[in-house]
Amino acid sequence: MDANGILQILLYLAVIVALTPLAGGYMARLFEGRLTFLAWAERPIYRLCGTAPEREQHWSAYAFSLLAFNLVGTLAVYGLERLQVWLPLNPAGVGAVSPTIAFNTAVSFATNTNWQAYGGETAMSYLTQMAGLAVQNFVSAATGIAVAVALIRGFARHSAQTVGNFTVDLTRCVLYLLLPVAFLTALFLVWQGAPQNFDAYVPASTLEGVHQLIAQGPVASQEAIKQLGSNGGGFFNANSAHPFENPTPLTNLVEMTFLLLLAAGLTDTFGRMVGDRRQGWAIFAAMGLMFVVCVSLAAWAESQANPALTVAGMDSLVGNMEGKEVRFGIANSAIWATATTAASNGSVNAMHDSFMPLGGLVPLVDILLGEVIFGGVGAGLYGMLVFVVLAVFIAGLMVGRTPEYLGKKIEAREVKLAVLAILVTPLGVLGLGAISLLAGPEAIAAPGPHGLSELLYAYASATGNNGSAFAGFGAATPLNAILQGVAMVFGRFAVIVPVLAIAGSAAAKKTVPPSAGTLPTHGRLFVTLLIAVTVVVGGLTFFPALALGPVVEHLALFSGTLF
Amino acid sequence: MTVHRPAAGTLFDRGILQQAAIDAVRKLDPRRLVRNPVMFATAAVALAASILTARGGEHFGVMVQISAWLWITVLFANFAEAVAEGRGKAQAASLRRTRSETTAKRLAAAEAEDFEAVPASALRAGDLVACETGDIIPGDGDVISGIATVDESAITGESAPVIRESGGDRSAVTGGTRVVSDRIVVRITLDPGESFLDRMIALVEGAKRQKTPNEIALTILLVGMTLIFLIVVATLPVFASWSGTAVPAVFLAALFVTLIPTTIGGLLSAIGIAGMDRLVKFNVIAKSGRAVEAAGDIDVLLLDKTGTITLGARQAAEFLPLARVNERDLAEAAFLSSLADDTPEGKSIVALARTRYGLTGGGEGMHFVPFTAQTRMSGVDFAGSSIRKGAADAIRAGLEGGLSAASARELDHLVERVAKTGGTPLAVVRNGRPLGVIHLKDIIKPGIRDRFATLREMGIRTVMITGDNPLTAAAIAAEAGVDDFLAEATPERKLELIREYQQGGRLVAMCGDGSNDAPALAQADVGVAMNTGTQAAREAGNMVDLESDPTKLIEIVMIGKQLLMSRGALTTFSIANDVAKYFAIIPALFLASYPQLQALNVMGLASPQSAVLSAIVFNALIIVLLIPLALKGVRYRPAGAGTLLKRNLLVYGMGGLIAPFAGIKLIDLAVAALGLA
Repeated sequence: MDANGILQILLYLAVIVALTPLAGGYMARLFEGRLTFLAWAERPIYRLCGTAPEREQHWSAYAFSLLAFNLVGTLAVYGLERLQVWLPLNPAGVGAVSPTIAFNTAVSFATNTNWQAYGGETAMSYLTQMAGLAVQNFVSAATGIAVAVALIRGFARHSAQTVGNFTVDLTRCVLYLLLPVAFLTALFLVWQGAPQNFDAYVPASTLEGVHQLIAQGPVASQEAIKQLGSNGGGFFNANSAHPFENPTPLTNLVEMTFLLLLAAGLTDTFGRMVGDRRQGWAIFAAMGLMFVVCVSLAAWAESQANPALTVAGMDSLVGNMEGKEVRFGIANSAIWATATTAASNGSVNAMHDSFMPLGGLVPLVDILLGEVIFGGVGAGLYGMLVFVVLAVFIAGLMVGRTPEYLGKKIEAREVKLAVLAILVTPLGVLGLGAISLLAGPEAIAAPGPHGLSELLYAYASATGNNGSAFAGFGAATPLNAILQGVAMVFGRFAVIVPVLAIAGSAAAKKTVPPSAGTLPTHGRLFVTLLIAVTVVVGGLTFFPALALGPVVEHLALFSGTLF
Repeated sequence: MTVHRPAAGTLFDRGILQQAAIDAVRKLDPRRLVRNPVMFATAAVALAASILTARGGEHFGVMVQISAWLWITVLFANFAEAVAEGRGKAQAASLRRTRSETTAKRLAAAEAEDFEAVPASALRAGDLVACETGDIIPGDGDVISGIATVDESAITGESAPVIRESGGDRSAVTGGTRVVSDRIVVRITLDPGESFLDRMIALVEGAKRQKTPNEIALTILLVGMTLIFLIVVATLPVFASWSGTAVPAVFLAALFVTLIPTTIGGLLSAIGIAGMDRLVKFNVIAKSGRAVEAAGDIDVLLLDKTGTITLGARQAAEFLPLARVNERDLAEAAFLSSLADDTPEGKSIVALARTRYGLTGGGEGMHFVPFTAQTRMSGVDFAGSSIRKGAADAIRAGLEGGLSAASARELDHLVERVAKTGGTPLAVVRNGRPLGVIHLKDIIKPGIRDRFATLREMGIRTVMITGDNPLTAAAIAAEAGVDDFLAEATPERKLELIREYQQGGRLVAMCGDGSNDAPALAQADVGVAMNTGTQAAREAGNMVDLESDPTKLIEIVMIGKQLLMSRGALTTFSIANDVAKYFAIIPALFLASYPQLQALNVMGLASPQSAVLSAIVFNALIIVLLIPLALKGVRYRPAGAGTLLKRNLLVYGMGGLIAPFAGIKLIDLAVAALGLA
């Protein structure tokens, strides 16, 4: 890793730290209802939905609204995919999507995963991309943020019955936050060279005389929300490695910033809304430290040359450039890979499958830790708060008091709900992964441990609602399309429901004022503990599987064995 | 005060251990095991492993050993629980010895002279019994007539007999105590089997033990961990099959049991029982485990001033004469008037006068006037002089001619001065002429200030409750170092104060003895009733202090905290252990397919079989090794939460990470040396 690379990583970190309070402050004002300049646009929407915006919901009603809304959204996308051949805005004349892939894709976008078992330019019409996928990009992101906000309210409130109104939270999130930012970003991307049109694909002949079909379409508008809302589903199959999605180093920096912006900002929103900003920064610190370690490891691993290629006569100084865009290089590919998997985004600007074993381990670990290193918008914060509940429980015992967090006692009910949420990742990744391996091992392309890494990555990505992939895994087989769909639904909603229940039960509790006997949850000690709990839970769960996959692959590669 | 506390060295009494070993096997009953999910899972896996082993196969010798150690793990956990229960039972037995079957003298009516001799077990609530000198009181009840001295040492360990009389706050008697003098009539308040002693015995024996809220929460976490590891281990053979490795099922069973939190799972109930037990050692009986747990959470401690913060009796501190009165004259008058005064206050006046002015003896022909509730003063008449001392207002009311305005003002001034410093003024008159004021001072118990400082460190706020006026209360509060005080307290004010604190989310502890304390005791989160108190108070509180020492609340809080800390520390230890176990077992399982994994065998264990065996042996032995810690509890030193967490994380987190590496390596060496695998 050269000085230039380190400098770029530091610059990126500085940008995130600087923007966190800005985004956090804006969202805090938004969700405390202090921003009203778009009230004229809100009111007709509420009237249309038949919602009384001032009437708040009990956590169970909130969860019901959320589930119903997501079900309808999934069905709508499924319908569009199946019927697109008869619908307008299909200049390339792509046909109807097969039922299993349509199911997989509908679920994928509704759960903010954006796992793509298809190639965007060859499978989806412009209408499906815009009215189906892009809409879900907005509302699935808003859904995640709404859950996080409901949980924040749970901790902030005192003996309350309600945690907010889902329709209002969703609407305000889209209107005040996602739409304006995405709009401005789309303009910026158009300026930088990303296409935004409804034109048919352009045939071209290359210098070598090969005929190509250049795909285009409304790229810039989808690109913006794809990054901002931790969606990750690219317009093109190559995702952000494609020059139309990510034309310049400047767009690369902006897109990388948007990977973490809202997730990082929400930590400060949390701090502000619970009335103690140090609490937000503590969570930011825990996430940030893990991020720095991951990004450093990935950058270091990728700057090592593949010994097999060195033997074959490659220059070892450039590091591992296989599967990377030369215009981005190692540092930016490592940052992107770490940020996109940390943030449950899943967009890529380099191919993770071609990473060195340890470099590829980093994205995998990011996902397996439960998508809590910043994580998906909203999902990262509420996922981390689940770990906080567990950390506080154990730490509270060790200081000899019934554990409490932000004045809320952590009792059997909260522990039970947190445990339910924690069980989701192992069940989805190991359980469904094992079923897939038993039922259809032919989906794995690579032999040996690398093949296992591909499988683990695919199910980790689906369960963690990430959406990035180790290429090579046959995710489009009907079996995997369905199992992956199940993993995505399970990974999303089996966490959201317990989290909302925690929100409800925390809101109903009295707030105990802190005393000298209370464990402070904003200091270095707590941050360390939180990291330890996160890493230990993830590590203990996945150590055997990782040992059989990337770890053995790494050990083998450097002893000269390839798979 | 002589208090019989069981000697500290009885942690491993031979008899208890033998009985526990037998009980450990008895506890294999699935209906009992199911109460402890982690151990139930272990037993189920042990059973499966045994069946698989019986079918034979490769590594038969190692498989037999592994299955055996799986069962031993369960037995060790049962043993830990049985030892804790055994210790409780030993204490219960010593309590029970005091209650050999007694014969009761049942009366038909309170005034009846004739009694009917019935066995104590035949008594029902509402029965009246007579107890005379030498009788054992047959059951818990209230004295409805008479007064007697009662030896309660069997229950409290305190050798000095106590007074029990009808009405008021000293009317409760406990079954099993002995009347030393006089006769009382007692109305039995409880049916047999429900008496105070019965409940105590049931609780320390662990028979009636129910899981406390925090224990339930922790159990849920442990079940969650168990489920996670179930998923991990169940899917492992599938992932292994990709590389063509077949993992022996018994090895998987071993991996599963070493990973699930057996250490804390096995010791959890022992920790709970031992917590109750430690309270009993302090001569405090908790009526439920929930109360012990709540004690660790206490934020506010309400303490009665008298007897808790100050010594029960006040002491003379100085003589304050009026102008134109010689201090020595005042001292002499006070001295003479107090010679026959047997109260501690009176004695202290005599003592002060002696040391300050060397006054001695009295004279012949002194006629002492005792204190009565009507006159509210006492004194002495001799050789034509009459000396009286008493509360200033009583003295003034008693002066026939009244006071001159100047004297009255001066006297008022002195009285106020004493009150302001927290003292009680006692005016002295000789032949109708006021001489001055004796300053009676509340004596703060030695060392109490430090205890309050300790409590503050623990994050607990202390509030002094007193009937004194605010002026006096403030002065004493400042001197004792309490955080706050409630002056001119009434039972209603006390109850209101507790509610106020609870409304703000605080947990409140208090102790009390009188019937009028009962509502407050019931309202408080931890209410410690004094054993000398009334039946009503003892019913309302959730703990009873047999020694009736209110400062013990501090120890109770510490025991509560220790209980939670022991659970947290062992949970952390248990989970941290898993890291080393992975490094032992994972390379062992897959070495055949991936020789590169030898790099993970950081302990350099001899062979895959030996690695698995060593890990499971370590896992079982650690339970036994930690039994003393579970029983004694993690050391608690009052400190802020951060300091405690740092220390425990270091000891039990880091310790738990490192210890098994060394332990498993040592066992592996032994296994290899003995040729077991």
